[in-house]
Amino acid sequence: MLWPRLARALIGKPLTDPAPPVPQDTVHALAERLAATARTRLGRSLAIREVDSGSCNGCELEVNALQNVAYDLERFGLRFVASPKHADVLLVTGPACRNMAEAMERALACTPEPRWVVAAGDCAVDGGVFKGSYAVHGGVGAVLPVDLLIPGCPPSPTQLLEGLLALLEAEARPPRKENRAGWIAPAGP
Amino acid sequence: MSATALIRAGAPQGARPFERFLLSPDAWARLPAALRAEPSLALLALWAEPGLVHAAFLDEAAGGVLLASAPAEGGRYAALSPARPGAIRFERMIRDLWGLTAEGAVDLRPWLDHGRWPVAGPLSGQPAQLTGAEPPQPEFLPVEGEGVHQIPVGPIHAGVIEPGHFRFHIQGEIVVRLEERLGYKHKGTLSLMLGKSPRAAAVFPARLSGDSTVAHAWAFAAAAEAALGVAVPERATALRAVMGELERIHNHLNDWGFVCNDAAFAFPHARCGFLREQVLRACAAAFGHRLMMDCVLPGGVAPDIADGGAAAILAALAAVEAEIPALVKIYESHASLQDRVVGTGFLNPDFARAYAAGGFVGRGSGRRFDARMAPGYAPYDLLAPPVVVEAGGDVDARVRVRIAELRASIAMVRRLLGALPGGETLVALPAHGGEGSALVEGFRGECLAWLRLDDGGLIRGVFLRDPSWLQWPLLEAAIEGNIVADFPLCNKSFNCSYSGVDL
Repeated sequence: MLWPRLARALIGKPLTDPAPPVPQDTVHALAERLAATARTRLGRSLAIREVDSGSCNGCELEVNALQNVAYDLERFGLRFVASPKHADVLLVTGPACRNMAEAMERALACTPEPRWVVAAGDCAVDGGVFKGSYAVHGGVGAVLPVDLLIPGCPPSPTQLLEGLLALLEAEARPPRKENRAGWIAPAGP
Repeated sequence: MSATALIRAGAPQGARPFERFLLSPDAWARLPAALRAEPSLALLALWAEPGLVHAAFLDEAAGGVLLASAPAEGGRYAALSPARPGAIRFERMIRDLWGLTAEGAVDLRPWLDHGRWPVAGPLSGQPAQLTGAEPPQPEFLPVEGEGVHQIPVGPIHAGVIEPGHFRFHIQGEIVVRLEERLGYKHKGTLSLMLGKSPRAAAVFPARLSGDSTVAHAWAFAAAAEAALGVAVPERATALRAVMGELERIHNHLNDWGFVCNDAAFAFPHARCGFLREQVLRACAAAFGHRLMMDCVLPGGVAPDIADGGAAAILAALAAVEAEIPALVKIYESHASLQDRVVGTGFLNPDFARAYAAGGFVGRGSGRRFDARMAPGYAPYDLLAPPVVVEAGGDVDARVRVRIAELRASIAMVRRLLGALPGGETLVALPAHGGEGSALVEGFRGECLAWLRLDDGGLIRGVFLRDPSWLQWPLLEAAIEGNIVADFPLCNKSFNCSYSGVDL
């Protein structure tokens, strides 16, 4: 039952969607944050550690959907890893819950530099609807230094993909000449 | 006196559609003994308001919901946990949020409060300000025996899942005890709803647990409509059911795929993921949001289904239905997969009954309960979905409940879309006082919402209960005696919500 289907899949058309366009202004902004040494070290592939700092789990559904065959995240050199110690990117969803703050800080401390911190979803951007609660610090930026914000409630897999591809592009881009004088950016956040 | 009679002897408070009876502290104190003598009265939830404790029961024979309350004099009330184990975590939560203590409770360790909030008893009406003391170390139940060691897991897990801590006690490869420690995602949801109108507060049930956004939003909306005596347009009722069943379909597909994936069998995961993606895209085309978040509002549904939305949904469902037989055959015919799911994570039906577990957890262990049928609500009185029950109690049984429900849900969506009533989808809500509750069957079980409005129509008291409250403790029982490596499989077959219980 399974083998004929696998064989058919080998010769059939892929189910994967074409890549979405990458927002160039985001790429420029990100590239300016990244030192040349960091660019060399990160290369054209990123290992992502997802950290849920208190989401409603809507963001997790969409982050998981990124790995289905329609989006096929790994074709871009992006992959999820099981530990922050193996990660280049912390992809953080949800408001920064007070009960999660220590775990967030520990995850960041375990992530080797150079690294990116991406806050995905409206809650991660500024606390979203949970802003002002006694139980949250606010957005992810209240606890961790954030490099990239991806809004949406939850952000769709396409929106997430655009953001993550912008990180890849930023790493591929050589520093522009006109920027070189003032280009010295911190190696990490 | 039976527990039911004891509750009904209290003073009725005018709550709709399920009446709430106010008991004296003495009458409440007689409840635990009466409950022990009346096992058919299941505890659905326990929560509080400042100085007042509430309980929701399900009369399993009659299918009705019964609400009981009592004043907590001096901040104390009689614990129900000696008679109903499902009450344990609610009592711990009530102490953390409302500062009320259950006397004679089985367990009084903190639950949601990890010592990291700036206040103590945030919902108690007079929360105490705290100075930044060092958060206490969590206490876990002791385990004795030769060669027992611990494996701490979380709060951050290895997969893309929600945070929570699991403390395993292990002997060799066998789990002697699992203890869950949740609350990491506590967002203060209930406190944010107070003082808002039901319409303004609807964003919170929609974000209690993102995978059940439709079900919780529906339960909350139905509770508000009951409190205000508002009738929802027929078209809105039908569209709510369409969205509710689509939510069930996309989650069941997700779980089925992930269970196979956790047994390292990737093919069904890939196919289920692709089919689910088509369903989500159809939902986005029909309702403007992939998860249909914020589409169910108190007063109806917004927006109305888009032109071409029904066709998109039907096409996606046709693809799912066409592939189910092949996927079932693959699921059943691979010994390497069956070996992992059959007999794994067995949940004793007695435990499922004692905790009144709903959804595929209860129905996978022989408990015949589905809120769509009893107490029942529109439009399911006309659709009459089959209540799928499996007796196996293992991972396989919980998967099979899902597969059968997938098929039933697809048939229901077809019927609903084939005869969609015309007219409006949203009516305005009046602003006056009232109290209401509702039970809506989400994909993982029954979602309970209760609220009380003041004379200006603003929320004075509210509680949202995810079905996971009664399922999480059973995961601890189901994993006992299994090998550590089977935990992800068992966990996924339960798929309890972290955010839903962390509030």
